[in-house]
This record gives sequence, structure tokens and C-alpha cells, in this order.
Amino acid sequence: MHKYEKIWITLGTSALALFLIILGISAVHGGHTPAASGIETINPEHVRDDARFKEPGLVKSKSSDHDYDLYFVASAFMYEPGEVEIPVGSTVKVHVTSPDVVHGFQVVGTNINMMAEPGLISTYEMTFDETGEHLILCNEYCGVGHADMTSKLIIVDGGKEND
Amino acid sequence: MTNYTTAQMLAPNTKVDKKDAKLVLANMIWVAFALLIGGTAGLLQTLVRSGHFELPFGIGYYQLLTLHGVILALVMTFFFIMGFQIAALSRTSGPLNKKERTLGWIGFWVMTIGTLMSATMIALNEASVLYTFYAPLQAHVIHYIGLALVIVGTWISVAGQMMRYFRWRRENKGQKTPLLSYMTAVNNLMWYVCTIGVASTVLFQFVPWSLGLVETINITLSRTLFWYFGHALVYFWLLPAYMVWYAVTPKILGAKGFSDNLARLSFVLFLFFSIPVGIHHQLVDPGIDAFWKGLQVVLTFMVIVPSLMTAFSMFAVFETYGRNKGATGLLDWFKKLPWTDARFVLLFIGMLFFIPGGLGGIINASGQMNQLVHNTIWIVGHFHITVGAPVILTYFAAMMFLLPHLTGRKIDKIANRLGLMLAYTWALGMGIMSAAMHFAGLRGAPRRSTFSEYGGAEVAEEWITYQVMQAVGGSFLFIAIIIAILLFLKLVTGPKVNDVEEFPVAEFMDQYDPAVKWVDNWRLLIIITAFLVLIAYTVPITQMFTENIPGAKGFKLW
Repeated sequence: MHKYEKIWITLGTSALALFLIILGISAVHGGHTPAASGIETINPEHVRDDARFKEPGLVKSKSSDHDYDLYFVASAFMYEPGEVEIPVGSTVKVHVTSPDVVHGFQVVGTNINMMAEPGLISTYEMTFDETGEHLILCNEYCGVGHADMTSKLIIVDGGKEND
Repeated sequence: MTNYTTAQMLAPNTKVDKKDAKLVLANMIWVAFALLIGGTAGLLQTLVRSGHFELPFGIGYYQLLTLHGVILALVMTFFFIMGFQIAALSRTSGPLNKKERTLGWIGFWVMTIGTLMSATMIALNEASVLYTFYAPLQAHVIHYIGLALVIVGTWISVAGQMMRYFRWRRENKGQKTPLLSYMTAVNNLMWYVCTIGVASTVLFQFVPWSLGLVETINITLSRTLFWYFGHALVYFWLLPAYMVWYAVTPKILGAKGFSDNLARLSFVLFLFFSIPVGIHHQLVDPGIDAFWKGLQVVLTFMVIVPSLMTAFSMFAVFETYGRNKGATGLLDWFKKLPWTDARFVLLFIGMLFFIPGGLGGIINASGQMNQLVHNTIWIVGHFHITVGAPVILTYFAAMMFLLPHLTGRKIDKIANRLGLMLAYTWALGMGIMSAAMHFAGLRGAPRRSTFSEYGGAEVAEEWITYQVMQAVGGSFLFIAIIIAILLFLKLVTGPKVNDVEEFPVAEFMDQYDPAVKWVDNWRLLIIITAFLVLIAYTVPITQMFTENIPGAKGFKLW
């Protein structure tokens, strides 16, 4: 092997190792595992018979590690709820599923970006620290009305203590 | 210790056999045709997304997008790869025999029939499911069968190619195989292993389901089988370009390649790490545990090693060449490169695009950053500066010498000038379009979406400026495609000459060094490849069967 080649390969492999260490620390220590990981099933034909998705929206959480559960149904070609207000500073676990085809669930300007698939519930937990409005849109082709699917997350003042 | 026989050194194959040439040309006609159709669709898409244009004759945006993806990502690339690999074998291992060539022709016709079946369904608006055909959107069964036939056609053609390779090995026992032939065989092995995924999902899931024999489909499984194939697919596109970079480019310069053994090793690494990585396309899919997503991210990162080896080799060749031409100082060699040779300029510009392309790939594969760009138009920008620039520009460079070589002509001044125009116009168009896509994606603009104001959302307004830029880039790309078609016509018409254009094949600085034996030990290669696949996929796929994920009924929502 050529001397420069050795140097280059060593540098490259070290960079690779560094990348993987950063990813690993972020995943294990920072808890940044990918959205929607894990397997939680639901019958796509009976989504609305499930208490959680009957009237989807924001509900106070029974769990101690987050303040609210936020349920969304993504269907052709709309999101329910069409708009939702969240008190600033609260930690919310988002649950999304689809009764028909695959949809995307992207909250623009946040880290929430995952697939909604029939038969499964996709979840992601995050804390909303700033007030403001976020567009929710579908980023997986689902049919002719795909680009018309929208909803809104509005992070409002009022704090958790007012609830 | 490997030795070249005297006969081989004195009279190596220098030309693609005449009968093989016909087969190669048949494949290349499809490439030009698919480029024109797919490119036109691409132009229209960028115009629609700019918000200033509507499609005529009731053509749907997603119908057009399906056509664009299928005809460019699958049809054009497959025909090029089959044609190029057959030419490479015939040139470096010698003519195909009757059986091998017949398999090439059968493969060609099966691919053609499959393409026409799918194209018909797309034209009839029975298959507007995009090229990834995610269930439970349900296309006409003929569309799925057509796609399956395209894959089966490649299997048949590849069978002929593999027979040629192993015949050379039998006839030249103990010798180092010709590099281009070896690379072809590695790419083909990868292809056989990865297409098992897409073939299984189409045959056992999509076909019975779209025929109505079964009511529901396991979509998590179908997506996973698709991406088991889908990521190796991108390396199937890329490796023929790497063949040109490693084994042809040094000869275009009139220099020697850096290292034959290093080239073989990098191909083996691509074989190992192209397949057990598909889940990085499903990082934010439900139905897969975080651990297995993480494991496949790690495996994905391994391709950094052969990629950097390739970059090193190429620039080692360029610098050595420049210094032999009298270059001094640190970067003077760069000026000495043959900037007037269209073949070189095409593939060199491709290489430059691959630098941001590779960096973007590392970002996309990184679990956390992926979540910010997943399914945004950033991704579209990414694959347009990978398959849409380094790969396709290298294909163009190869066609510049292949077409006249096969038809008994030579690249003349006009053709060379057209080639240079093609390179620069493509670079300009792709530069503008892909930059706009990357920036819009970072601001949240989604991929695979027609023009929309998203209910008047402020952020969506910001995206429209970038979409106009994409249309400007798309227009330049369309002009480049017209130039490419003119170039192809120029290369296959005009007077035939005795001094036919060469199919350049380089010697290497370590040409006569002993071969590394294990890289040509096919049993070992298959075992390691299969082993990595089993590690990465056994548990996630088993869970898709055992976790009772409810099946999904089909929908036709277009």
C-alpha cells in the first residue's frame, strides 16, 4: 500500500468512527432515537372505534413522563384535528395512524417528521418551548389530493399551570 | 502468483465483438429513448411546481411523476447497465458465445415487454403509484407484472454475462481476471441478491393482492422488501460509473490506473455494504424497533470506506498524470488535465457533483438528521446530484466512446463539442435545480407534491421562490437532454472509418502484481454477503410476521 493511501484510509476510517460515536452518544445518551420506532398495532378499519382516535386531539396525559397525548388521524385527504392548540412549555406525545393509505406527518419547523401507516401507530415525544404556528403537511404521496392535506399546531401562551 | 500468458499480453482483446455490438446497441437505443421521455416529464414537473403552468390533456401530475421515476430510475439505467456490462465483458474477456449472447437478447426482449406493459398502465392512469409503488395504493396488476418482467429480463441478461465471466476463469485457470469483467461480475452478484427482495414482494404480495386473490397486504413487509432492494439499486446504478472511473478514465488521460487490487477490494466492500442497509430509508417508519434502525445506520456508514478509496485513486491518477505533463507545485496538475476532451469533462464534472452528493448521503443516513430532511425535497435534490449527475454524466461519457466504437466510427470535432456543451449545460441546470431543492427541503418543503399553497401558510410562500428556481434549472436540463440526443445521433451517423474509436481500458501501476485471491473466491463473497443480510434483516422481518400487524386493503385514490 502506498504511504499516502495509508494516511488517507486512516483519516477516512477515523472520520467514520467519529461519526458513529457522535450518532451513538446522541441516540443512547440524548435519547434521540428515530421517530415512530417500535411496533404498536391498530386495526385500520376500526380506527374510529378506538377510544383514542374517536375524537382525535389533545388530551391530558395519564403518564408521568409527558403532559399531553396528541392523537391525529391522517386520512385521504385530511388531518383530524384540523387545528390544535398546545400550551407552551408542555411535553407532548404525538400518536398518528391512518385508516387508508400511507401518509406523511411533518410538522414544519419542528423535529416531528414521520410516516403514518395503516395498521400501526407512529409516536414521537417532544417539548414545545416557543410559541408560534406550525404547518402540518403530508410528505408521502397518497393520491390526487395529497398536497391539500394540512393541519396546524399552534403553541400558545398560558402555560401548563392554567389547565 | 498470477501471470499473464504471452498470448494475452501480445494480442489482448481490443474491440467489442460485432455480434455483441448489436446487442449492446439495442440496449443503448432504449437509453436514449427513455432519457428523452423521462426528461420531458421532469421538465413539465418543475414547470407545474413553479405555479405558472398547468398540464394539458387531463394528464395528472402524479401520473407524470410515476412515468419520470419508472422510466429514468429503472428503465433507462437498467438498459444502460446491461448494454455497458456486455460491452465491457466482450471487450476485456472476449466475445460472448452463442448461448451467452442469446440470453442477452432474451433478457433484452423480456425487459422491453415489461417496460411496455407498465408504460401502458401508466399512460392509462391505472398505475399512478410512483416508482416506489407503496401499498396500499393499488395499481393495475399488469403494472406490477410489467415491473417484475423488467427485473426478470435483467436476471436473464445477467445470467449470460456471468456465464461469460466464469468461462474466462475456466479457460484461464489461475490468472487474474480482467478488471472490468470482474467488476461486472461483482455488480451482478449484488443485483441477484438484492432483487430477491423486490421480486418476492411483487410476486407474493402485490400480484395476488391486486388480482383480488387476497384481500389485504402486509405493508410494513412490502416496504421493507422494497428497500432491501431499493438501496442496493442505487449502487447498481453507481458501480458501472465506477467501472468507467477506475478502469477507463486513466486510459482516456493516457495514464495508468492507481491500483487494480484496490479497485477490486472497493467493489467487494460495495457488495457487502449495499444490501443490509435498506432500513435507513425507513428510519421514521413505524413497525421497526430502534435497535435495528440503528444497526443498519452503522452498516450504511461503512460505504464511506470504499467511497474514499475511490476518491483517492481517482485523484492519485489525475495528479500523477498532471505531474508527468510537467506540473509543479501543489495544484498545478489540475490545469494540465484534458479540459478539451468531452469524455473526461463529462465524468470529471460528475465526480465533482459526487462530493456534495456523498456528504448529503452521510447526513441522510444519520438517524437524527434524517428526521429533519426525511421526505422533504432535500432528498430529491440529493439523488439528483448522485444518480442524476455523477452516474448519468459518466454514462454519457461512456456512450461517447461506445456508440462510435460499436458502429465503426470515431468521435469527431463536432461530437466532442456537443459533448462539452452537454457537460456544462447539465452542470448549470443540475446545479441550479439541486441547490434550490436542497435549500427548500431544509425549510421544510415536501417532496412528491404538486404545486400547493398549503392553505396560505407563510412558510409555503417561501418555498415557491425555490420552486421557480427549480423550473429554471429544469429548463436548462431539458436543453442538455436535447444536446445529448443530438450527440448520440452524431455519434452513430456519418462516414465509417478504419481507425475506429477505441474502448479505452487502462493498465494499472500494479498490473503485474499478484492478485489478491480471496476477492475472486465467489463462495466466500456470497457467504459474507448473505451473513450480513441475515444479521441486518432476520429479526425485523420476523417481527413483521409475528407481531400480527393488521393487513391493509387496496385503494385507488388518483
